[in-house]
Amino acid sequence: MLCEHCRERDAVVHLTQIVDNAVTTTHLCEPCAAAKGVETGAGVAKFPLGDFLATLGKSGPAEQAEAGSDIPCRFCGATLRDFRQSGRLGCARCYASFDAHLRDLLRRLHGSSQHVGEMYRLSSAAAPAESETQRRLGDLREQLRRAVDAENFELAAELRDRIRVLE
Amino acid sequence: MDLTLIPDGGLAWLDASGPLAHVVLSSRIRLARNLEGIRFAVRARDADRRRVLDLVDAAWQRSAAARGGARFLLDDLGPDDRQLLHERHLVSKELAAAGGERGGSSGAAVYLAGSLGLMVNEEDHLRLQTLHSGFGLTQAYGALERLDSELGVALPVAFHPEFGYLTACPTNAGTGLRASVLIHLPGLVLTKEISKVLQGLSQVGLTFRGLYGEGSEVVGNFFQLSNQTTLGKSEEELLDHLGKIVRQVVAYEEQARQVLLRDAPTIIEDKVWRAYGLLRHARSLSFDEAMNLLSGVRLGVGLKLIAGLSVYTLNKLLIFTQPAHLAALEVRSANDPELRATRAAYVRRLLDAEAAPPA
Repeated sequence: MLCEHCRERDAVVHLTQIVDNAVTTTHLCEPCAAAKGVETGAGVAKFPLGDFLATLGKSGPAEQAEAGSDIPCRFCGATLRDFRQSGRLGCARCYASFDAHLRDLLRRLHGSSQHVGEMYRLSSAAAPAESETQRRLGDLREQLRRAVDAENFELAAELRDRIRVLE
Repeated sequence: MDLTLIPDGGLAWLDASGPLAHVVLSSRIRLARNLEGIRFAVRARDADRRRVLDLVDAAWQRSAAARGGARFLLDDLGPDDRQLLHERHLVSKELAAAGGERGGSSGAAVYLAGSLGLMVNEEDHLRLQTLHSGFGLTQAYGALERLDSELGVALPVAFHPEFGYLTACPTNAGTGLRASVLIHLPGLVLTKEISKVLQGLSQVGLTFRGLYGEGSEVVGNFFQLSNQTTLGKSEEELLDHLGKIVRQVVAYEEQARQVLLRDAPTIIEDKVWRAYGLLRHARSLSFDEAMNLLSGVRLGVGLKLIAGLSVYTLNKLLIFTQPAHLAALEVRSANDPELRATRAAYVRRLLDAEAAPPA
């Protein structure tokens, strides 16, 4: 079926309108539908993580990322390049092996890299004792999160700088 | 596979006993967990998967929350049985597909106990999940938390003081929690308001999927709404936020239905009764057609246009008209072309048994 507007492309949007119990259906192609301001839902399509990861390599801390993308995780042998291709990490240690990149990625994905939820009480044997610096870093990150939530960006910028110094 | 071995058939949520069950079919929560010192799925070898299964098995046996449960090894099941577990929302598509690959050494398993489920050797080593009727996220999380903390004591779960629970995909890291509600939104679809609502979701950190979760299409106006981020917020905050938005979406849906009744009563009544008539009398139904007609009938029940038909029956039709379920009913293959006739017969039987005669 051809688009009723341009009569060139196939109609993919079938707009049904009900006005006073009368139904009208209009068949449009994607560009004409967009021109008429009909939302098709195509714009909300989620982009896969792979694309997102690929674009990551092109900004900010990317130069280091490219240089280190073939250094494997010492436990499982996965590299950053593998991760960018599959979107999946090789093991739990990858989080330590690619620490800086993942922190950056987690912040972009979630708006934060600081876990504030549940943790098992007895399984903490593996967790190392927190140093004073780490504890303060944790506090600052939490404050930063709250500042961002409250849209207090001035405070957020200050907190971010203090975190950078500690890091 | 002996389905009677599945505790409650995994179908307790169908009873429509939960809050807002006429719009919200079910609430589901899953937690992703991995084990320290064992490679994740993309790099795992047979021995890794076996080790995960052995460790989880021992922990599950000792768990009080899991008492009376059952275990299914996906490698031991045929394709129709694996699909049946998937149609029942008890295992993911990935886990169903994993079983039977790799010459029977996928280590893919699902443990079931009441409303609780635990998938093993999926994308993450462990995926705990629970499914509840209607809109009941808090209740669902309560049940899951108990199992989670028992397994957390028994297993070396990978945890990082900053990043939280470590997952194969960083989109799940932190809490590892994905909460979703399966919601029926015909009013918003018919009034064309749905795209606005769905676009709004992404702005508040939520996302939507089709009936079967990630990568699945939307059929029958059923949507799964879930949290997009898992890190930087506590479990309670994530659930609270999703809950608030779902309540809003339900309110929009109710509004849209009232607008339809007010502005186009004849069209809506006709649509609802045509759907009902077709389901009552059709001799052959494809799955998609059945879903769309069931959506119309469900709308009719919600608007009180159709009386004497329970939401429980509608829920049951939703599950039992799927290919593997029909196949199990009549000892056929899920790919049998005659399944359409079986589907139509099953729908007629259930509706005839329950429905009041059309007014």
